[in-house]
Amino acid sequence: MIYGKMGPADLAPSPKTPGRRAFLKTAATGLVVGAYLPAFVRRAGATSTLVSTSAPGSGAGAQRTFEPNAFVRVAPDDTVTVIVKHIEFGQGPYTGLSTLVAEELDADWSQMRAESAPADVTKYANTLFGIQGTGGSTAIANSYEQMRRVGATARAMLVAAAAEEWAVPAGEITVRAGVVRHEGSGREARFGALAEAASRQPVPDDVPLKDPSEFRLIGTELPKLDTADKTAGVARFTMDIHRDGMQTVAVVHPPRFGSTVASFDDAAARRVPGVLDVRTIPQGVAVFARDTWSAFEGREALAIEWDDSGAETRSSDDLLELYRDTTASPGAPALNRGDAAGALEGASGALEAVYEFPFLAHAPMEPLDAVAVRTDDGVEVWMGSQIQTADQGAFAQVLGLDPARVRIHTELAGGSFGRRAQPAADFAQEAAHVLAAVQPGTPVKLVWSREDDIRGGRYRPLVVHRLRGAMNARGIAGWQHTIATQSILTGSPFEAMIQDDIDPTSVEGVVDMPYANQHLSVSLHTMDAGVPILWWRSVGHTHTAYVVETFLDELLVSSGHDPVEGRLILLRNSPRHAGVLRAAAELADWGRAPAAGRARGVAVHKSFETYVAEIAEVSRGDDGLPRVHHVWCAVDCGVPVNPNVITAQMEGGIGYGLGAILYDEITLEAGGTVREGNFDRYRSLRIDEMPAVDVRVIRSTEPPTGVGEPGVPPIGPAVANAWRALTGESVRRLPFTAHRDAAGRAVEGGNG
Amino acid sequence: MAIDLIVNGEPRQVQAEGDTPLLWVLRDELRLTGTKFGCGIAQCGACTVHVNGQARRSCVTPVRLVQGQEVTTIEGLSGPQAEAVQRAWREIDVPQCGYCQSGQIMSAVALLSQSPAPDDAAIDAGMVGNICRCATYVRIRQAIKDAAVTLEGRT
Repeated sequence: MIYGKMGPADLAPSPKTPGRRAFLKTAATGLVVGAYLPAFVRRAGATSTLVSTSAPGSGAGAQRTFEPNAFVRVAPDDTVTVIVKHIEFGQGPYTGLSTLVAEELDADWSQMRAESAPADVTKYANTLFGIQGTGGSTAIANSYEQMRRVGATARAMLVAAAAEEWAVPAGEITVRAGVVRHEGSGREARFGALAEAASRQPVPDDVPLKDPSEFRLIGTELPKLDTADKTAGVARFTMDIHRDGMQTVAVVHPPRFGSTVASFDDAAARRVPGVLDVRTIPQGVAVFARDTWSAFEGREALAIEWDDSGAETRSSDDLLELYRDTTASPGAPALNRGDAAGALEGASGALEAVYEFPFLAHAPMEPLDAVAVRTDDGVEVWMGSQIQTADQGAFAQVLGLDPARVRIHTELAGGSFGRRAQPAADFAQEAAHVLAAVQPGTPVKLVWSREDDIRGGRYRPLVVHRLRGAMNARGIAGWQHTIATQSILTGSPFEAMIQDDIDPTSVEGVVDMPYANQHLSVSLHTMDAGVPILWWRSVGHTHTAYVVETFLDELLVSSGHDPVEGRLILLRNSPRHAGVLRAAAELADWGRAPAAGRARGVAVHKSFETYVAEIAEVSRGDDGLPRVHHVWCAVDCGVPVNPNVITAQMEGGIGYGLGAILYDEITLEAGGTVREGNFDRYRSLRIDEMPAVDVRVIRSTEPPTGVGEPGVPPIGPAVANAWRALTGESVRRLPFTAHRDAAGRAVEGGNG
Repeated sequence: MAIDLIVNGEPRQVQAEGDTPLLWVLRDELRLTGTKFGCGIAQCGACTVHVNGQARRSCVTPVRLVQGQEVTTIEGLSGPQAEAVQRAWREIDVPQCGYCQSGQIMSAVALLSQSPAPDDAAIDAGMVGNICRCATYVRIRQAIKDAAVTLEGRT
């Protein structure tokens, strides 16, 4: 995903699938963006390590300080600012991309600054997507060479400037920790002093990059550039932006997906102090107010009649039943290797299972929001835009502008987990319609409440898997697997990735399972439902890893294998899976028996080309749910650019995934309304439920891959496998709370 | 109505309906945006401030109830506990997205002010009201312990 730590949801499920290649061929207009020209400009230094491109101050004097056309800027005050093309919501691109530049530039980390790139696909495209966007845990992967080249180019120009000024051969000049030095003459200068002269140097066509053995910064735990501001309460999010004359807007959305406004009475709403106007927009009824609370109060006072004739009125239970029935017969073939049906005919000890997964909301801490104003020549937008090119297009379309007239400032965002990565740009469209309802020059801030967020759709789809499999003396005898779910990519700009009726995000993690098996068949039923869906941190892997890793674990244990040793035998052709599995087992001291009343479970899974194994130690909590005491994790993401950030992403991925499998479910009630609305019923993991986490980052020389999402998939099956070892109970319907009554007793209807 | 508050040590007068949550007075009227909106129903703790030194969820605190009281936000945080907590937060890079961290820090400072050397159970009890969707909890717990060590060294 694109990530949210992040993974944004997966715009690109797997860099190696044919689907993705096909997509790149058609959509990627320039895989290597030619904007390596460094800008050396005069600019006052900033005290923060974050630079705001667009401080929308409260006065008319607010102005953009520059129009960056590149990725790096060296200022006379010796600061080096990296213009980061990926949104920062905690997954670390400000630090990571700046590290790549600083490495090749031989800068000192203390002089590095980061700022957000403007929306401009000609310069800031994700080289794997062809459009500007963050997702699929690709920020480092697609920037690794690009940003290093940016740094190396800037370094070469600084050296050339020094050589010219000092009249010495460039080849005799060294650069280290921000100091350019000529040993023979003893002359040296910092970058800032050379900035002016460097800007007059020709841009070299090609510059050599360091051999990884020469890295001084990559692979070290450099402090994050955004930590200080986020610790002092001064990091600015979209929610924090204020502009003179700004109106704050709350929108009442339909209570069912697909409903529209039939009629409404706004008399009471207009009497609420602070309410300025009430208008219908395609997304619902918008209340314009002088501040946020007035907008929320005004919204409460609206009386609206809805037209439900086009609404999705089926409940989650209805959909589960339909999906379950549908999987009784095979769907469109996603993979047929060998003859799984034949191999399973008469196999002894065959296991059959049905798995059920609920809709899930992402629930980032900062609800969706945007600030926008129509200017003389277009529109200016501040928001946590994750697919800038799509959001730009939405504003352009609604307001009748050329996309180039839509200037988007990508703000720090309070989480995403996929929610802000909107190929259809629904939220940008809503903001554009709100903006269209006020006079040019009047800024608007659109704010979603938590209830808007939880009930607003764009969920991880509801999914059912049906499997049949068996072991024999040689390993897996055969494995039949049928999946029913909505397609995430249908109707999105990434639809070209769907081939032969198979949305790769529906089957990723199953079709590429790493275990030796000559007889595997996977088929897919793509379901129609009126519930808007989206990628959710690790996309298809959110459910496929759970199914594959728990089902395999049952097969292994029931045939007398140790879960780790058994997997290793089947992973004989998958060395990187085996590597993280061995590392996690070693870290956990797998051979040691856990304390009384506890059990351990393991899972290993690759997503977004990153390999993660997790081992969870679990007991039965007072509430009848698993209490997870400790998780040991090993991750192989190629060259580890910043092991501290990687570790943090594993910790966070484990916590995010654990909360979801234990507690989270968006429930469509009879009639199609959403039961949950806030953190009281849509539970988040809390600190007292967070296990201790030990992470080992594998040292690798493979190209770096992402870490925002891959920590999530293994935690669910690791906990479920531990729970089965502890209790004998196979949990095949998520969340775990679906099996408990208020007193924590097991209830009927859960386990398939 | 006119309501007088002491915000971060300074007397402030605001015009607001008395039942307006303190959160929105701080954010929209006083432009103290370090205090965050996350849920509006005291479930997530992103809006945590101190009222007379006690942690309080500003999203459900009507502003009239804090008339004349001392309100401290992240912007006005000071003192040894605050310094120790924020330093510990920086040293191990606690924040990810950062949106909840003002509230986390306000709760952590309140906890350490009352319980200078909290064990795991005390940390859980003091911090359980603050949600972090990035799940930075491992580091929050560690940073609070680190801050406690720092504070112990000073006394």
